[in-house]
Amino acid sequence: MPPPGKTIHVRDLGSARSGDKGNHANIGVVANDEAAYGVLCSRLTAVRVQTHFQELGITRVERFELPGVLALNFVLYDALAGGASRSLRIDTQGKLLATSLLDLTFHANAWKGNEQ
Amino acid sequence: MPPLRIANGAGFLGDWIDAPRRLVERAEVDYLTIEHLAELTMSILARQREKNPDTGYAEDFLDILSSLLPALKQQSQLKVIANSGGVNPPACTIAAAKILTEAGLSDVALACVTGDDLLPRLAELIAGGCNFSNLDTAEPISMLGESTAGQASSGTQSKNQNLKSKICSANAYLGARPISEAVTGGARIVITGRVADASLTVGPAIQHFGWQWDDWDRLAAASVAGHLIECGAQVTGGYSVDWSQFNLADVGYPIAELVADGSSVITKPPGAGGAINRRTVVEQLVYEIGDPQHYLTPDVDCDFTTVQVAEAGSDRVAVTGATGRPATDTYKVSLAYRDGWMASGQLLVYGSDCREKAEACGHILLERCKMAGYELARTHVELLGFGAGVPGAWFWRKYQAPGELVLRVSAHDPRREAVEYFAKQFAPLITSGPAGLAGYAAGRPQVRPVFAYWPTLVPKSLVQPRVEVRPAKEWI
Repeated sequence: MPPPGKTIHVRDLGSARSGDKGNHANIGVVANDEAAYGVLCSRLTAVRVQTHFQELGITRVERFELPGVLALNFVLYDALAGGASRSLRIDTQGKLLATSLLDLTFHANAWKGNEQ
Repeated sequence: MPPLRIANGAGFLGDWIDAPRRLVERAEVDYLTIEHLAELTMSILARQREKNPDTGYAEDFLDILSSLLPALKQQSQLKVIANSGGVNPPACTIAAAKILTEAGLSDVALACVTGDDLLPRLAELIAGGCNFSNLDTAEPISMLGESTAGQASSGTQSKNQNLKSKICSANAYLGARPISEAVTGGARIVITGRVADASLTVGPAIQHFGWQWDDWDRLAAASVAGHLIECGAQVTGGYSVDWSQFNLADVGYPIAELVADGSSVITKPPGAGGAINRRTVVEQLVYEIGDPQHYLTPDVDCDFTTVQVAEAGSDRVAVTGATGRPATDTYKVSLAYRDGWMASGQLLVYGSDCREKAEACGHILLERCKMAGYELARTHVELLGFGAGVPGAWFWRKYQAPGELVLRVSAHDPRREAVEYFAKQFAPLITSGPAGLAGYAAGRPQVRPVFAYWPTLVPKSLVQPRVEVRPAKEWI
């Protein structure tokens, strides 16, 4: 965990993988350890994820917790502009969403609000 | 009792064709599964079958089978389960039988699983009260294509006609039962159509351990193992943020070692590249799932939140604790319908003003389509190298524009001729657009039909999976 005052990326806390189900995408985030899982649970909210991807036209983000394996699952509804068959985007299946989410940042000394 | 060893050699149609052979050369497994069908693969195969009734299956499977012949001769325990049959499992089975027979394996028992194809029965099922409403939007099937690039239609009769001509594939996701039956019937090679990915693993496990069909926790545990290996190298170091630490050129494809209580160890062949650790396994556990408490397969409603994973030696991860609830009384159906035409073209745009030039090219191209009378239904201009991968979420917005980028313009329209015209507008930009364009040598973008996806359900009572087992020579 970086010292207070530093900006931390989601990538400092874990890894992620994304994929598609029709026009919806999901991003699974796997925390490095229990401490990182705690931080992700409190900071990486569904609202925060929806804001990060605000230009994708997502209608709703739902977050699920898997404490037994220290993972979070985000379902991003209507994220794929038509999905694998109809999307005109280069990333028709949301494969890049996880990499992008790892770049999301928090301030390490401010666990509530004051986010970049 | 030694564990049952089930491997996976392909995660989709188009996966590394040498992976299955390399896997069985390094490890003796009881079953090798080949997972060839994604949501859209069925519709692509359906289109092939329309053109030639002897096609419509994953032809890669025949190359894979040929590469496995030495192992099939040397390893008497090795069996193969593949959903490579696509929309035409019998044709795939016959082609496989020819390969086996020519190789002197004419007595190998070969099973063909059918019954998933609902296309010939669609009118009957709709008349019988199946409404096939969209799982995501709840729209009834009569609305299919109405909110898309397809043309609107009027009148009930023309709507039904329209529906019939639009739908090009409809397949129920069958479960483990027909695979288990095929193996019980002595099959060494099982070829299926649309069977759920995880069921390729559950089928042989049920047969081997003699579990009951309502032993939900064990079915869930085997489904977790199947889910973990179904995408091939994605659980052995592929698609990983730790990619730089692994030898991915020689990546090993996964093996699940199952024991009688359903728990498993996920591993890979000794000596193969890649890695298996807590992270690679958990990343794959949460890959393409929705609510982790309800991962629905045709066999069971799995709860992933009770799963535990623990590293159990080098490249070995133990997976325990899965729990299950009764399966639903419906099969998921993957239905695809024709939805117009699409094309995408690209050009490299070079120079300090590449961003402005690329945007201008996109504008000129679409303007020329309009001047020819083609107002395209959907278009999209992307600047690859300038954040197009995840629009708006790119962390380097603060950085300055690059010195070159790739312009990508895409169009979707119900009229084939409109998309054909669009595809012809890239090359002229070389002489009639801004200076500093390259990369047009690949020729005109390909105009391809769009198959839109309509996820839906069908009552299990209306679908009868069929299993036929014969020696290879009797399939020809």
